[in-house]
Amino acid sequence: MTMVALLMLFGDRLKYLGLVAGLAFATLLITQQGSILIGMASQTGAWIRDSGQADLWIMDEQVDFSEDAKPLPDTALYRVRGVEGVQWAVPIYKNWLKGQLPDGRKMTVIVVGLDDATLVGAPPGMVEGKLEDLRTEKALFIEARDADTKLRLTRGAFAAAPRALRVGDRLSINDQELRVAGTMRLSRSFFWDPVIYTTYTRALSIAPPERRLMNFVLVKVRPGIDPIRVQADIKRATGLEALTGDEFEARTAKYILEKTGILINFGLAVGLGFVIGLLVAAQTLYAFTLDNLRHFAALKAMGAGNATLVGMMSVQVVVVALLGLGIGLGATALMGRLIVATDLAFKMTWHVPVAGAAALLVICLISGALSMLKVLRLEPAIVFKG
Amino acid sequence: MTALSTPPSSPPTRQYNGLAVACRGVTKSFEAGGTKVTALRGVDLDIKLGELMMLVGPSGCGKTTLISVIAGILDRDAGECRVFGEDFSAMSGRDKTRFRGRTVGFVFQAFNLLPALTAAQNVAVPLLINGEGRSSAVKKAKEMLDRVGLADRASSLPRQLSGGQQQRVAIARALVHSPRMIVCDEPTSALDHETGHVVLRLLKEVGLDESKALVIVTHDSRIFEFADRIAKMDDGRIVEFIDKPGQASPSAPAHH
Repeated sequence: MTMVALLMLFGDRLKYLGLVAGLAFATLLITQQGSILIGMASQTGAWIRDSGQADLWIMDEQVDFSEDAKPLPDTALYRVRGVEGVQWAVPIYKNWLKGQLPDGRKMTVIVVGLDDATLVGAPPGMVEGKLEDLRTEKALFIEARDADTKLRLTRGAFAAAPRALRVGDRLSINDQELRVAGTMRLSRSFFWDPVIYTTYTRALSIAPPERRLMNFVLVKVRPGIDPIRVQADIKRATGLEALTGDEFEARTAKYILEKTGILINFGLAVGLGFVIGLLVAAQTLYAFTLDNLRHFAALKAMGAGNATLVGMMSVQVVVVALLGLGIGLGATALMGRLIVATDLAFKMTWHVPVAGAAALLVICLISGALSMLKVLRLEPAIVFKG
Repeated sequence: MTALSTPPSSPPTRQYNGLAVACRGVTKSFEAGGTKVTALRGVDLDIKLGELMMLVGPSGCGKTTLISVIAGILDRDAGECRVFGEDFSAMSGRDKTRFRGRTVGFVFQAFNLLPALTAAQNVAVPLLINGEGRSSAVKKAKEMLDRVGLADRASSLPRQLSGGQQQRVAIARALVHSPRMIVCDEPTSALDHETGHVVLRLLKEVGLDESKALVIVTHDSRIFEFADRIAKMDDGRIVEFIDKPGQASPSAPAHH
C-alpha cells in the first residue's frame, strides 16, 4: 500500500508541492536563522580563537566578555607566573582608542598590545609583512579586510581616488602617529570596530594615562600538568578569574546574545518559522485528507485497517518531510555560501540540520496526527452515501 | 457465535444452510441534528448462495443502511445478521476488517477509483490490502481487466476512461480478490441504458456463481430483469419480495 499512498500524494500535485514548499520554507527559516545565530555567537569569540596559543586567560573576575576592558594590577602578572605549573604568562592590552586615518576620518579602533618579547596572542595569518615587523619603530598591523573596508581612505585628498589603507601609511591613535607595518588575517568578529595590533609597550605608550592598563594575562601550562588544577591554583593564588579559551568564548557569547536581545530576536524568527511550517503543513495535509476522504473510506470498506491507513499517511508525511527538509537545508547551505563572501555571520554546524529535522518532525507529527485522527474516525459507510 | 475462528474459505455449512446472508430483526438508528432517525426497523432478509438480490425503494428507505450492515461497514443496533455464518458484531474490529477484506467486494455508485492510479493499480488495491506483493497483485489485476474486456486500458488513468469503462474497472476491482459476496451501490446510475446492461451482465457472468452472492442497491428499473429476487423497502422495512422479476412486473404480489 506504500505505492498507493505515494501515488495518491503525487497525484494531487498542487497540495503535494504546497506541502513540500511549506516545509522547505519552514526548514529554511529555522536553519538559516539558526545558522546566523550560531555564526554571530561564534564571531563573538573570534579574537579569543585568534589568540589561541594560550591554555588559560586570566582576567578580572568581573569581566563579562572579551571586549570588556577591566584593568589588572601589574603585580597580577608576577603572581600568575609564580603559580606552579605555569610554563609562561604574558600580558595583553586591549582597549578602544580614538584613531584618525590619513584622509582625516576619525574612528574608534580596538588596540591589542602583545607582549613585546614573545608576541604571544598574535593572529595566525600574516598577509603582508612578518610578525617580527611589529617590533620595528612605531609599527602596527591592520586587518587585511578592514584595510579596504572600515579603514578605506575616501575623504580629502583621497576623495577622487579612494584606496585601501596599506603598508607604509601612517595613522594616529590617541594623537600618536604610528605606521602600518603589515596586514594580517583575522577571523570575522562580531564587534564592528577595526582591530589594530601593536606591541604591549607601544600600546601602553599611546593609551590614555591610567594607573592600571593590563587587561589580560595569557598563560601556557607546563606539559604534563593538568590545566584544570593550574586554573584552580591561579584562582586561589590571585583571586582573579581564570578561564580556558572555550570557557571565555562561551562566557562572551552568552553575555552578548543575552544582553543585546539577539537571542530573543532570533528565537522569535525561528519560532515564526516553526509556526508557519506547522500551519501550512497542517492545513495542506488536512485539506489533502478531506479531498481524499471518500477514497480513504473506500479503502476502509475494502478491508484496509487503521494500521494500514496510518501507515499510508505516515509514508506520505515522511516523504514530504524529507523533501522539504532537503530542499530547505540545501537553500540554507546555498545562502550560506553566498553570505560567506560578506561580513554577515553564518555558521551551519551539525546542530543546525539536526534542529531543523527535529522541528520538522514535530511539525509533521502534529499535522499528521490531525489528519490521521480524521481518517481513523471515518465511517466507511460514507462511501454508500451519494 | 464465535469471532473469526475458522478461515472464511471453509465456513461451517450447517450454520448458514446455503444462505450467504441471514438477517433477523435488524434495527439501526442514527442521531441526526438531535433527532433519532430509525433507518432499519426489524429487517428480516435471507440471501441465498448464487443469488442476485436487488434492494429497491425510495430514497431514505434504508437500502444503503441495510447493505452497509450486511457488508460489515456499519454496526447494527439490534437483531442478528450473519454473512456466510459469521456475525460481524461478534468480531473484533481487526477481524471484521480482515474478514470484510477477504469476503466482500464493493462496487460504489461514484466508482471511487483512485484518480492517481492506473486501471490496473486500482484493480490491484484489494489484493494489496490483503497483503499480496505488488507485482503479483498487478499481474492478477491485469488478468481481471482482461476478463472485463479492458486489457488494453490497464495503463489508463480513470480520467482517460468513459463512465462505463470506469465502472468495469470498479467491477474488476470488486472481483479480483475472489470475494464471496459482491455489494453494489447504484452501479448503473451514472450509465446509459446499454452500458448499464453490459455492466450487469458482466457482474452476473464474472462475479456470481453457486458459492457467491450479489447484492445490488438500485433505483434503476431498467436492470430489474437481471435480479433473481427483488426486496422492496419502505420506511426501514422490507415490504415486498419479488421472485424472478424479469419474468414478472415489479409490482406483482410478493412472496419469498
